[in-house]
Amino acid sequence: MSHKGRSSKVTRRALLAGSAAGVGAAFGRFPAPAVAQAAPFKLGLLTVKTGPLAQGGNQMEQGVLTFLKETDNMMAGRKVELVIADTGGAPAGAKTKVQELVERDRIDVLLGPLATFELYAINDYIQQQKIPTLSLAAADNLTQRQPNPYLLRASATSSQALHPMGHYAATELKFKRTLAIGEDLSFDYEEIGGYQAAFEKDGGCVVGKLWPPLVTPDYTPYIAQIADCDSVCQGFAGSNPLRFMKAYGESGLKYPVVTGWTGGDDALLKSFGDEAIGMVSCSPYSLEIPTERNQRFIDGMQKSFNVLPGFYAAGLYISCQVVEAALKAGGDTANKEKFVAALRAVSLTDTPRGPLKFDHLGNVVGSFYVRRCGTEGAKYGLKLWNKIIKTYDNVSQFWTWPEQEFLAHPVYSRDYPPLQKC
Amino acid sequence: MTGRRIGVAVAILALIAVPFVIGEVYYVNIASQILLYAIFALGLNVLVGYAGLVSLGHAGLFGVAAYVTAYLLAAGYGHLVAILAAIAAGLVVTAGFAALALRATGISFIMISLALGEIIWGLAYRWISLTNGDNGISVATRPAPFGLPLTSARGFYDATLVVFLVAVAACAIFVRSPFGAALCGTRDQPRRMNTLGYHVWMIRFWAFMFSGLLTSVAGILFVYYNEFISPQALALTASAEGLLMVISGGAGTLLGPVIGAALVVIVKNVVSAYVTRWNFVLGAIFVLIVVFMPEGLVPGSVRFWRWVTASRRPRVAATVVERESRP
Repeated sequence: MSHKGRSSKVTRRALLAGSAAGVGAAFGRFPAPAVAQAAPFKLGLLTVKTGPLAQGGNQMEQGVLTFLKETDNMMAGRKVELVIADTGGAPAGAKTKVQELVERDRIDVLLGPLATFELYAINDYIQQQKIPTLSLAAADNLTQRQPNPYLLRASATSSQALHPMGHYAATELKFKRTLAIGEDLSFDYEEIGGYQAAFEKDGGCVVGKLWPPLVTPDYTPYIAQIADCDSVCQGFAGSNPLRFMKAYGESGLKYPVVTGWTGGDDALLKSFGDEAIGMVSCSPYSLEIPTERNQRFIDGMQKSFNVLPGFYAAGLYISCQVVEAALKAGGDTANKEKFVAALRAVSLTDTPRGPLKFDHLGNVVGSFYVRRCGTEGAKYGLKLWNKIIKTYDNVSQFWTWPEQEFLAHPVYSRDYPPLQKC
Repeated sequence: MTGRRIGVAVAILALIAVPFVIGEVYYVNIASQILLYAIFALGLNVLVGYAGLVSLGHAGLFGVAAYVTAYLLAAGYGHLVAILAAIAAGLVVTAGFAALALRATGISFIMISLALGEIIWGLAYRWISLTNGDNGISVATRPAPFGLPLTSARGFYDATLVVFLVAVAACAIFVRSPFGAALCGTRDQPRRMNTLGYHVWMIRFWAFMFSGLLTSVAGILFVYYNEFISPQALALTASAEGLLMVISGGAGTLLGPVIGAALVVIVKNVVSAYVTRWNFVLGAIFVLIVVFMPEGLVPGSVRFWRWVTASRRPRVAATVVERESRP
């Protein structure tokens, strides 16, 4: 028997001793964390640099770096040390990496993560460890029905941008029947649920919802099901909006398309073709916002990375502004509760997205911009441009519903709100 | 004999000492991950290495145990109930897997196991009322066996180490037993084994069950470690990663999967903190292994060691090889 030959005495002893030495050596080699000298402020960034979500993840990192470059790596007089971790876009990776940031690097504040399922995976952990977290990820319930006291969201809930989009579609675009399509992920359920709730409140009707998987090689079979409607709402994220819109354009369908911020993000403008002309999106950020701060941010991004920012970058830049404001307001990072309170009390007027503040659950209240994609006004060498056609100010995660009434409903999901007969 | 015992004792002591040597909570957690993935790889190795059946669906079995644990804990059951039910469910699903997949061998077996694994993944992903879809299920607490809480990194490492040592011992006994020998026989000469009166299918079936048991145990440890389970843990990439651990370390050896698991976990979690393109590093390491040690790190290192000693003492080495090649 060949396997018995392999397990001879000499071999086994050599193997065990070798592996024991190997384990020891492997761990001994890793450097111990540097002991802080003047206690710099430690900023942890949980992002995605590998896999299908990497495009947004890179923009997140660039947003933070642009901010730190502007302030010369300082926040409120303290030196900032940035630690970046790549989750690989998977929940188990997010958990391991947040442990690395908290237990090894001892961060004061966590920025990120990117994806909703990553945030759900680390939600309990950041509560246990009391790590103030400014998330880009939208998992609606974590600032709604299961609030996490250490979580803030300077970006938006999944549905927050789609509420005004639904309102605009019903009242100004005069759509009656929308067919919704998005990835089979909670982020998309919440986006499209938000659109449906606001759209139907103002007299529209969502006639159907299609859920292609996150990785769909060909959207044609799904696009073939689009019928019996006067408009399409797409909730895609990452690079999927590009692929969906291309397939949609090639199919010859002419129903107007509306979408949220990930579906029409400004960072995608350089990659969209003519098929995106006429698409209306609602986003908490726009390249067009005519403030000096926004211009400075765009110039910084262009100078350092030669890219135009979308909201992935802007969201993180703004999160840094919030942290800086809390530090300036005397937020004591040693006392986590006090620091979270200071973060939540932040109210800014001068950010790339305009004024913002937080509600008592830690979610942002700010402006949302409805934009139409076209060629008019294009700048920075782009062929296409998202032109702002309406601004909604002071939009909260509850839209126009009273908080109590909104929270009495279940969270938006694949089946909620249910489809009406119409 | 005494030499081997000393080796085993030194290895166990070294493993017990790991948390004291490295100290940092983060690295203790990484060590726990290595051990739990090593159990997963050991389970897969029973099939890949000893039975010659390459499975690409083991993450599904891993996931069944993990989901059952998480689901029952979330429903308010105790840890003992959840763990026993998870193992039972893991074994039932394994039996189903085995009954279907063992109708074939070779490529067909790989494809059937892949399809079965994808079915489990699909259920986890789409059966939202049961699994909460891609939002996953959170587990609030870790158990406290014999009054020893596993909440700390040290406690969890020690518990995982105990389970790991039991798993390694079980594998060692399994491989040396007549059953293990028969299993290797079905790998190398299935027809001859059949002619000799062995029930090849049944031998493979029980090997599959043993593999499923270890995989379920690893799944339970995974859910307690992460305190969270979502469909990504069941995806094809997770199965493939397990297979890479087995193959890179050395299929059909006791320590190969353990070394493979350590390699993958360290590159994935530790190297990635320093190198952005860590996927590339992992890929490059696998290419190097395939080029220089196609049989895996552990047998490859042994071969290298023998080559070194043989070039120094050619005659002695020659007799060793001769003795071992005889059955």
